[in-house]
Amino acid sequence: MTALGSRFKAGATNPWGKPRVLPVVTLLYVLWSLIPVGIAVLFSFNSGRSRSTWQGFSTRWYVGTPEAAESVLYDESLRFALTQSVRLAVLTMLVATPIGVALALGLARWRGRGARASNLLMLIPLVTPEIVMGVALFLVFDEVYDFVPFGTWTQFLGHVTFSISFVVIMVRGRLFAIGRDYEEAAMDLGASPFQAMRRVLLPLLAPALLASLAIVFAISIDDFVISQFLIGGPESVTIPVQLYSGARLAPPPSLNALATILMVVTIGAISVAGLVFRALGKRRGERGSALESVAGFEM
Amino acid sequence: MPTNLASGAEYATVGQKRWVWPGFALPGVLWLALFFLVPFYAVFAVAMGQLDPILQRATPEWNPFYWDLTILGEAFAQLFGGQLGLIAFRTIAYVFIASLLCLIIGYPVAYFVSRKAGRWRWLWLLLILAPFWINYLMRMMSWVNLLSPDGQVNRWLTTIASWFSVEFVPPDWLAGHHLVVVLGLVYGYIPFFILPLFAALDRIDEATLEASRDLGASSSQTFWRVTWPLSRYGVLGGLVIIMLPMFGDYYTPNLLSGSPRTRMYGNTIDQFINQTTSGGALGAALTIILMMFVAGLMVYYLRSINRATEEARR
Repeated sequence: MTALGSRFKAGATNPWGKPRVLPVVTLLYVLWSLIPVGIAVLFSFNSGRSRSTWQGFSTRWYVGTPEAAESVLYDESLRFALTQSVRLAVLTMLVATPIGVALALGLARWRGRGARASNLLMLIPLVTPEIVMGVALFLVFDEVYDFVPFGTWTQFLGHVTFSISFVVIMVRGRLFAIGRDYEEAAMDLGASPFQAMRRVLLPLLAPALLASLAIVFAISIDDFVISQFLIGGPESVTIPVQLYSGARLAPPPSLNALATILMVVTIGAISVAGLVFRALGKRRGERGSALESVAGFEM
Repeated sequence: MPTNLASGAEYATVGQKRWVWPGFALPGVLWLALFFLVPFYAVFAVAMGQLDPILQRATPEWNPFYWDLTILGEAFAQLFGGQLGLIAFRTIAYVFIASLLCLIIGYPVAYFVSRKAGRWRWLWLLLILAPFWINYLMRMMSWVNLLSPDGQVNRWLTTIASWFSVEFVPPDWLAGHHLVVVLGLVYGYIPFFILPLFAALDRIDEATLEASRDLGASSSQTFWRVTWPLSRYGVLGGLVIIMLPMFGDYYTPNLLSGSPRTRMYGNTIDQFINQTTSGGALGAALTIILMMFVAGLMVYYLRSINRATEEARR
């Protein structure tokens, strides 16, 4: 311990020197955080049934034969989970983004009574523990809106509810960065407020809009708690719910394959968001923080 | 940028209708009222409604004048002295230890990547962000894989034991070990702690640290008297972000143990709501208690979000 301490000190006396302990700690952290997932991905390609003994490479757990019905493609429960997740994410994305963008615009410019309260109403879902929102939505669909059947519909309504605030936060950051100069210029040149918005502001907002679509897709497809609380029956099982209920039952590697597909889809969506945001930053000659350019969205 | 206030006044004279901006906000506000506020109220209505004696089902009471506090009182009684008290205490202990571990592991990582990573910074950043894009349940499932009785962890341990010819009986890690659940929580939530901390450390101006050095502070003095205080909001923000969901977590202990020994508060709510048909009222009461407990954290976090937006505005 003392040896490590003195080494740490030696490395730390010169703050602009090369640190020695920190990179090792960080490397160990990165390995610890990614290797378990890497192993899970690896075993999705195992040719045997085991998830701990490597028996050779195969894609049978992804696209195996219909007769065996054991791959994601042909095992009905896994395929349904995949389609349910994607369907839910697409629906949520298409509904939550326009509502969120309009709300962001409204909240940024509405200076009347009710603006503060509405702003608070938008912020609270961001800090509500998911289990609280899950219980609340479950009870409301059970007791009040009981004409909505549990399943895809309740899940969709729940997903949109938690997504709206994310869209607002992302779009609002962009709105403040753009400012009102361009719109005012358009109006000085004779555009009506609505023309200025449609022909000046919306094109400027387009990248934030596209990024919002992708992020909403990603958070919806990744959601577990709300999907589980609002589930209807076997037909509304999503991928995360399937992972949760299957993980402890000694499942075959097809569950790993399903998880891997989810991971690839999510990373794809986030990368789209990130690339769109980066492209925007370059075109407008802005220098965003490193975090923004890599994470693809504003914190 | 001209100030928003001035231009707002100008628009009013241009003749823009007053209802335009509230009109834009309306669909979103309406949606949140219907699917966030009403459900929120429903939790109270159900928790303080009456239990139907025949159907054994909670009937919600919408009028606060008729709210019945029996069930909520029962829940509180359970909390102070009943079985639930132990579960609540365990949850607080788990969350506290896991948060502390996140701080101890996460701070050096965030500090290195934000200030010392040099040329490969983007790659480090990508690597510490990667867990964000991997589903939480998948990350937990990976550990279930590794820790299962015939999983990799036991294989490695058996191999290592054989080198030293030590007798080794592979334990069942998933049979209800406190340590496994706490480490699972750390593994699950630490990326959400590192990110806001990274952002806070990233914002510190290098010149501040140089000034401290120029004025003769040693590097540890510089750290404790400049860097650490400047990163305090990042640390607090990160801790709030991970503590809020941890207090309501039920899937991590369920996946990594499933034993009553490691039951958390969220498991009890999950049980009443998802696994029984008659526990609605009690589940709602427990949810109210959870909300009251985390309200302080929520208010603190909301204020910091608002402060950040105000700063972005300037």
